[in-house]
Amino acid sequence: MPTVSKDLQKREAQTPDAERTRPSRVYVPRVDIHENKDAIVLAADMPGVDESSVEITVDKNVLTIQGHVHEARPEGHQLTFAEYEIGDYQRVFTLPNEIDQSHIEASVRNGVLRLTLPKAQEAKPKKIQVRSAA
Amino acid sequence: MLWPRVGYGLGWNPWRELGRLQEEVNRIFPRLGEAASFDFPAMNVWSGPEDVVVSAELPGVEPDKIDISVAGDTVTVRGSRELENLKNGESYHRREREAGQFTRSLRLPFEIEAGKVEAKFKNGVLEIKLPRAESEKPKKVTVRTA
Repeated sequence: MPTVSKDLQKREAQTPDAERTRPSRVYVPRVDIHENKDAIVLAADMPGVDESSVEITVDKNVLTIQGHVHEARPEGHQLTFAEYEIGDYQRVFTLPNEIDQSHIEASVRNGVLRLTLPKAQEAKPKKIQVRSAA
Repeated sequence: MLWPRVGYGLGWNPWRELGRLQEEVNRIFPRLGEAASFDFPAMNVWSGPEDVVVSAELPGVEPDKIDISVAGDTVTVRGSRELENLKNGESYHRREREAGQFTRSLRLPFEIEAGKVEAKFKNGVLEIKLPRAESEKPKKVTVRTA
């Protein structure tokens, strides 16, 4: 049977910046970040998180994504075999200066958070017309 | 012939066996979730008196890309995760998520009532409810006084 690398497993946060009031574990979501000419787009795997349990804060140029997962235990059942654990998600990024912080958009679908961080007008590439000196 | 240890009232509980196996493994790897490698997706198994609930985290997988099949005492989950391809002029800063196909089978200690299997997928978490076949449910035997 093929086994996958440890890479596919959830990664637990190593040093949370502060101790948490909730005793749950904290995981670092896996992200893809790509850039196009208008925006930087971030996708984060956060299974169990929906629109209401995700929190995105931008403080100066620090972007924090947090997701709280409510652990649903099937009623009348007990956990007999566990390969993964449930916990919250948190990850912090430093944003480049050119992000227009007031127009950040976020959506969650199938446990994936998607953030669109539009570039500020000044930061978009401009084409400079070269005029011939007549 | 009945072996004495079978007859001591508790009966054979396959989940207890599974638990014992897990304890065994935990002793070798103190933090199971971190030390061992698993098949994908990782699964949690919840057991109740009449059924078993299997859950797995599959973020970013479309529900119609998940295929669940049941045969006898085995449930198989197949699927694929597709990620967006970059368009022209786009470039990655980071790429940590993976795309691809997966297959995972799980064998339960009882026959599954295939017609009554229910599966739901919410926020990237799959939950499959697998009821025990009617013929395999524990039967209560009343003892009559002679």
